[in-house]
Amino acid sequence: MTNTSRKPPALIIATVGALLFLHVPLAIILLYSFTTDDRTYTFPLPGLTLRWFPTAWARADLWQALWLSVKVAGVATAIALTLGSLIALAIYRSKFFGREAISFLVILPIALPGIVTGIALRSALSLLDLNFSYWTIVVGHATFCVVTVYNNVIARLRRTSASQIEASMDLGANSFQTFRYIVLPAIATALLAGGMLAFALSFDEVIVTTFTAGQQATLPIWIFSQLVRPRDRPVTNVVAVFVIAITAIPILLAHRLTSKDA
Amino acid sequence: MAGGGSFAPPALCRKPREAAISHSPSAIVTHSSSSPAPAVSFVNVSRHFGEVKAVDGVSLDINDGEFFSLLGPSGSGKTTCLRLVAGFEQPTAGSIQLHGEEVANLPPYERDVNTVFQDYALFPHMTVGENVAYGLMIKKVPKPERDKRLGEMLELVRLPGLAGRRPSQLSGGQRQRVALARALINHPRVLLLDEPLGALDLKLRQQMQIELKAIQRQVRITFVFVTHDQEEALTMSDRLAVFNLGKIEQIGSPAEVYEHPATAFVAGFVGVSNLIRGEIAQAITGSAQTFSIRPEKIQLRDLGQPVSGDEYSVEGRIRDVIYLGMHTRYLVELSGGSDLTVVEQNLRTTSMDVLAARGRAVRLVWQKAHVRPVGN
Amino acid sequence: MATSSPTRKSLWHRLSTFFYLRPGLTLAAMLAAPLLWLGVVYVGSLFALLLQSFFRLDDFTGQVVRRFTLYTYSQLFTAANIDIMIRTSGMAAAVTLACALVAFPVAYYMARHAEGRAKAALYLAVLLPLWSSYLVRVYAWKLILAKEGIVSWFISQLRLDWALDRILQLPVIGGPSLSVSMLGMWLVFVYVWLPYMILPIQAALERVPQSLIDASGDLGARPAETFRKVILPLAFPGVVAGSIFTFSLTLGDFIIPGTIGNSSYFLGQAVLSHQGTAGNVPMAAALTAVPMVIMAVYLIIAKKLGAFEAL
Repeated sequence: MTNTSRKPPALIIATVGALLFLHVPLAIILLYSFTTDDRTYTFPLPGLTLRWFPTAWARADLWQALWLSVKVAGVATAIALTLGSLIALAIYRSKFFGREAISFLVILPIALPGIVTGIALRSALSLLDLNFSYWTIVVGHATFCVVTVYNNVIARLRRTSASQIEASMDLGANSFQTFRYIVLPAIATALLAGGMLAFALSFDEVIVTTFTAGQQATLPIWIFSQLVRPRDRPVTNVVAVFVIAITAIPILLAHRLTSKDA
Repeated sequence: MAGGGSFAPPALCRKPREAAISHSPSAIVTHSSSSPAPAVSFVNVSRHFGEVKAVDGVSLDINDGEFFSLLGPSGSGKTTCLRLVAGFEQPTAGSIQLHGEEVANLPPYERDVNTVFQDYALFPHMTVGENVAYGLMIKKVPKPERDKRLGEMLELVRLPGLAGRRPSQLSGGQRQRVALARALINHPRVLLLDEPLGALDLKLRQQMQIELKAIQRQVRITFVFVTHDQEEALTMSDRLAVFNLGKIEQIGSPAEVYEHPATAFVAGFVGVSNLIRGEIAQAITGSAQTFSIRPEKIQLRDLGQPVSGDEYSVEGRIRDVIYLGMHTRYLVELSGGSDLTVVEQNLRTTSMDVLAARGRAVRLVWQKAHVRPVGN
Repeated sequence: MATSSPTRKSLWHRLSTFFYLRPGLTLAAMLAAPLLWLGVVYVGSLFALLLQSFFRLDDFTGQVVRRFTLYTYSQLFTAANIDIMIRTSGMAAAVTLACALVAFPVAYYMARHAEGRAKAALYLAVLLPLWSSYLVRVYAWKLILAKEGIVSWFISQLRLDWALDRILQLPVIGGPSLSVSMLGMWLVFVYVWLPYMILPIQAALERVPQSLIDASGDLGARPAETFRKVILPLAFPGVVAGSIFTFSLTLGDFIIPGTIGNSSYFLGQAVLSHQGTAGNVPMAAALTAVPMVIMAVYLIIAKKLGAFEAL
């Protein structure tokens, strides 16, 4: 597949350029989190300071938003794990009419622009005269998180020979024992990876949340409000750095756990 | 390889049934002693997948303690039959009995059979020991007993000391033995083997054939062996069933099936056969009935040599010679235009001699008794 | 197994057997919850959205009138709305084109030159931005493109201020500064969706067998010819697959136009403002139909071009 002998310099420059384009902006945020300037985005930075970190730490509204985001992401991930693995197992174990339709249904919430999912849930809520709450956010997040769990689990199952399950039953284990001793260990890391990606996805989500959150602010909603009307620039910088770190960790771990599935 | 029995601990010989009945003595003893019911019995069993008739009206009895092979080309229904016995498939129609007990409504984990899978199906997240002892763990056999039987089993399949390894650290042949041990440790009354030697190379395969046979003699469990390799089926089986298109063509001992193929399909699939039909058959035997003759039963003689009264003969010309070391295969073109294959051992001939035979006119002679009329 | 007497079988064991012998029921039991969620809650919501678009807002009371009407759809095609549709689609097209141009060399390098650890690292370098905080990545550009920010500083260091000013004076794409211009917005869109373009192209290129390229060279094609006649056509479905993401994501986005853009609306913003401040959910619902129709047409074309095999 590869051709290492001739690497056209133009190709290397274009690749390096694109990768810098992808990553340098994040480094710039990190840099700005140390700036002494709290009114503009002046560059070069007028001075360096660490004081915005304790300032951000002391902000009650941030803690509230963070806690809400964690609660939403946690519950949405749990729902996604259950639904996603059920679908993956059902699709894996039998060829039934409508399999294609179901895998399409799973992908739909991320295939459609987020705004469609958001406004759709919004209009369902308004038709049913339901109020916004913590749970309306969770419903929205769980809906688009299912696919990450599903994708990871189905990829793992496809690498697992179906005869293992038959072998287990052949050796006297009933369906539940087989699930516990054979299926669960086989998909454990895929579940973990899918769960972490779902968590990262939910933790970061803003578009659907805008439509289903009412007055409550998740951390991304808080950041979005700062984007539109910057009031706390230095604190936002610190929060941005924190969000980069907190989403990168599960993504890197998930990648490690599933790198053999690809 | 010498002395197939020597590698088994004496405790294992002739004892599986006692071990198996330790949980509920009455159930098994009544079956095995008072009823002569076959180990496996199919009565008019069919398994259809939509339009495809994978198994189509199969009736079959496999006796207790027998080494029975299901032989056939791929897609002939032999593996589906095995899966029906194991309980992975449910029959569309017909009845399946194990030792006289109807099993249609029993899931695999309630059937006293175990399977050695084609891909071995070892659990990759468990050690060899955990794999082999899996069935005992599920049955909550106490740990000391489990360890004891695990040790015996690994001895039996000649893998002592490998209990701590992972399946991924084993060779193909070793995995195969682990799969065998994992099935046998439960002392099933029937062991199902789904082309277990298919993934091994020729040498290892021949070695395992002998070993499997030895193990079967030792543990005295009914073996049902699926294979597409006719040589393997002939070597190992007490009896075999030849499958084609979801149906059984013939059931019999290897000698019966080889010497008396019931149909043209069996004659062609089991060993190599010359099928002679129509006018040529008429010219040779005086009847247009199709018959088969094995290549090794035919003698090549010079044109002038005499033919006795209990022999058939036909003239032809050697069209091609294939020197195979131990023997030589001749393709002889008959005057009617069709080819006959003849195999001769290279008793005295050398490759120079046999290759020089190409193009020669010869007389083919065989005993009348070796001709088998076959259905069309 | 057969040796354990029926009375000793646990409830789980009997439950397992009950389901094992009824595969259809098992399937139904496994799929009940997911189908209830995705099929009823989610698809139901999509239908609710469709339903809302056939209602209308009473202009006097500000209440939604729940009676079937096509009035809201008829209001869709005002000059202002058509303007928004053209602006959004134009941006989506420009973003898609730029993403394809920037992504192709990266994808090509990943698929055909990188090996082993370098390849894994490159893959991760593309994957990480795809999954990681979209919002923060947009925010980064707010800093970068600010009038007093790093890009302006760089350009002034290079003594190119005049060129930037000239560009910003251009109609449509210009603005008072990069951070409030269409040009800046385009840049941010390209940045944010780039990984979605790289990965499908890379996947498509990975599938081009080396033997095909060798064969082409063997038959006398120069590398440039091989690239144009063999590699490019085979990679094209990957480009189309990537473009589905970049196009669709741009059509539905309201964060970037709200953050980087000037006051001219994009589809997503229009939807948001109709359902939010204006309380006109029917209008918002009808507007949502626009990107969906555009994407449906796009997907049909993409399917014709064989993009789904490259996903």
